[in-house]
Amino acid sequence: MAQTQSGAEGMLSLPALLHRNATQFGTAPAYREKEFGIWQGWTWAETEKEIEALALGLINLGVNEGDFIAVIGRNRPHLYWSMVAAQSVGAIPVPLYQDAVAEETAYVLGHCGARFVIAGDQEQVDKVIEVQDQLHQFEHLIYLDPRGLRKYDHSHLHEYSHVQNQGRAARDEFIGELTARREKLTYDSTCVMLYTSGTTGKPKGVVLSNRNVIESAKNSAEFDHLTRNEDILSYLPMAWVGDFIFSVGQAYWCGFAVNCPESADTMITDLREIGPTYFFAPPRVFETQLTSVMIRMEDAGRLKKAMFHSFMEHARKVGPRILDGKPVNAWDRMKYALGNILVYGPLKDTLGFSRVRVGYTAGEAIGPEIFDFYRSLGINLKQLYGQTEATVFITVQPDGEVRADTVGVPAPDVEIRIADNGEIFYRSPGTFVEYYKNAESTASTKDPEGWVATGDAGFIEEGSGHLRIIDRAKDVGKMADGAMFAPKYVENKLKFYPDILEVVLFGNGRDRCVAFINIDLTAVGSWAERNNIAYASYQELAGHPKVLGAIQEHVEAVNRSVAQDEMLSGCQVHRFVVLHKELDADDGEMTRTRKVRRRIVEEKYADIIAALYDGSATVSTKTEVTYEDGRKGHISATLEIRDAAVQPVSPHRVAAE
Amino acid sequence: MLDQAEGYTTADGRKIGGVVMEMKNITLRFGGVVAIKDISFDIREGEIRAIIGPNGAGKSSMLNVISGFYVPQEGEVWFHGSRRPPMRPYEVARQGIARTFQNIALFEGMSVLDNVMTGRLTHMKTGVFSQALWKGPAEKEENENREVAEKIIDFLEIQHIRKTPVSRLPYGLKKRVELARALAAQPKLLLLDEPMAGMNVEEKEDMSRFILDVNDEFGTTIALIEHDMGVVMDLSDRVVVMDYGKKIGDGSPDEVRNNQDVIDAYLGVAHD
Repeated sequence: MAQTQSGAEGMLSLPALLHRNATQFGTAPAYREKEFGIWQGWTWAETEKEIEALALGLINLGVNEGDFIAVIGRNRPHLYWSMVAAQSVGAIPVPLYQDAVAEETAYVLGHCGARFVIAGDQEQVDKVIEVQDQLHQFEHLIYLDPRGLRKYDHSHLHEYSHVQNQGRAARDEFIGELTARREKLTYDSTCVMLYTSGTTGKPKGVVLSNRNVIESAKNSAEFDHLTRNEDILSYLPMAWVGDFIFSVGQAYWCGFAVNCPESADTMITDLREIGPTYFFAPPRVFETQLTSVMIRMEDAGRLKKAMFHSFMEHARKVGPRILDGKPVNAWDRMKYALGNILVYGPLKDTLGFSRVRVGYTAGEAIGPEIFDFYRSLGINLKQLYGQTEATVFITVQPDGEVRADTVGVPAPDVEIRIADNGEIFYRSPGTFVEYYKNAESTASTKDPEGWVATGDAGFIEEGSGHLRIIDRAKDVGKMADGAMFAPKYVENKLKFYPDILEVVLFGNGRDRCVAFINIDLTAVGSWAERNNIAYASYQELAGHPKVLGAIQEHVEAVNRSVAQDEMLSGCQVHRFVVLHKELDADDGEMTRTRKVRRRIVEEKYADIIAALYDGSATVSTKTEVTYEDGRKGHISATLEIRDAAVQPVSPHRVAAE
Repeated sequence: MLDQAEGYTTADGRKIGGVVMEMKNITLRFGGVVAIKDISFDIREGEIRAIIGPNGAGKSSMLNVISGFYVPQEGEVWFHGSRRPPMRPYEVARQGIARTFQNIALFEGMSVLDNVMTGRLTHMKTGVFSQALWKGPAEKEENENREVAEKIIDFLEIQHIRKTPVSRLPYGLKKRVELARALAAQPKLLLLDEPMAGMNVEEKEDMSRFILDVNDEFGTTIALIEHDMGVVMDLSDRVVVMDYGKKIGDGSPDEVRNNQDVIDAYLGVAHD
């Protein structure tokens, strides 16, 4: 491993990188945020001043080295600055999920013992105030947007800009202290602590050092030839390791500009206005965009529709090959060029992807059709595989070797090993330091030689050397007859239908598989509108016989395709139910990054699972739901259970019987 | 109950100032129908004042008198210490009174931003010709007005529909756009005609939040008419209750709630 004790090019910390950027290209844009309808910008030099003022203000408020400072809110330059300001004064920033309910926030704040919280707006302030009695170490709350907070008791509450002003005023007094603290930062100082939601148990605080962050940022930036001319849109949760690496790590390493949308609802418009060159999104974002394109094409005129479909068919045939630099005949190339003028170009512009040079999707498997759709338009969309503990990168797909079914080759400086049970292990400069205050979990995840267990099962493909993921290692099981049970495989196949949002497959230790299905309200709602189907609520739409019929067709189609797979043909869905509510992170059914928590879903809906297996035609159930403000309520429903046709299980077994 | 000049302090500690508008013995007739019968009350600076009553009580007529749309046959309207002569609605608007309507009155074909900008019209001074030429003062003025409009769009969280034609919006959002247009005029007194009508619980909660925030953030005096008793009692500092064109109660929400006449009017007691 090419690691240097002195740090990459002498840059030991993010504040050091900030200083380098501010000195070497101070007038280049560092941050932009759309506010009041206009993109407001800050150069690197201005950014350094803003961060310094805040850091001085934090010292003035009494922040000590080693303190934890929690940051909660939507992506805004000021909140990114708070994290770097925290590092500058020797404190440790802990970004939190802004949509977490008060209880979760209380757990995390209590676990790290945060003395300071920097919150985006009233909503977040209220959440912290609600739980502050449970927090013994909590002292001061700093807020960014003063709206609605005028009447609050300000003895422990400070406005962000006031903290900065006090910092500026006290510059002479504290600048020596700040410089001294900044210089004490080493390559092994903690850079950030990120809580992983995890599909089981309480969140764990992953401690990442400057080495982890800077080495990972450097390696990945070199891998994709990122320069300081990139533009990215930062809209993913700040508490997520991916956002920290892209919007802070790589942005500071390369010196490119971070653009923050006006609000979560304007993301698509802002994406289009910025036209990022480097883009990152979970599959869900690509799915949503594709769904909206398809819905709009349904409403388009005949000529447009015909043009769209004929050129898209051509793009699917040759687009990915052109992107990969493979030979394509001149006629096809010409037709593709024409399509680019008439269809692909305008479409990419509408989607905001005209300038994308490198795009990544990760976090979940992406449907091959969706993946190919974007690649065929000429968007260099790639997959990577990573986790918080690895500071994102484990494997990435190099340009020209992009496929929907693999996650690529080991990232630079990353070593990979597959254990006998199929579990993937890795070792890299990005390997996390420890789980905070949890030596036991640290020891069970990371061995003394630095190998980390991912918890995912997979294998390295012969020939290409690409890694393929099968499923979460602990989710892979055996059915009653000994056949392999890998739920993700079937779930993903179903989720690739636009009307299906989420699927949970059950069958471990059973004789057959059954499934829970969530419909996608946008896609199904639009379909209902076009077909004059009236509905008053999500629940009513989800239970509509026509919707159930459509879903049944999808399930049966998937069963036919699953039956082709020798290993997994036992995982066909025999019976299914369309749930009356969406699985939701607020109810603990999913993580904040929207991964299903199987055990919890299994416990919570035990009655429905029982009904799926005992052959009943309907099931009445009462479910507890949590509202956004943390209050609880119940919804009752009677759900119809449907049987789906299954294919006879693989020929050799039939023969054996 | 109140000191005429001094004002009072609300339960949550807000200082309410002197009288902004006073209605003195207002009577309004349409032919033989008496819509409002000899009603007097005042609206004080910084307060949220509600007018409630059963259907046909004369609430909307009252609001139209305040906004200058109707001129009462008897009685006087006093605004900022002077008696207001009969006025055209645009003259009233120039005095710093803005309103929203019970059945939304937006320009359906125009975008949200353009609708909000129309709220700035009373603040525009450049003439048609310089606006058509679009250089110098007209451009500067437009930018200033746009800034005000954008701050209100941000405040009411409607950035995502800034460029959307109003006709494509759902009802709840249209109501919010109407509020935005009224606020764009930076009124001293804001009149809301049934701001929650036809909304679901969540939309009502949002709207209540916005009304309280407007009052808190800009110090705008608000007079509102509302059907939903729960909302009114939570929002307002003082409530006027009307029934059959007469005032039957006036006071804090608690006082009004315990007023026998009000209870009768709402529970339905036979009228003579």
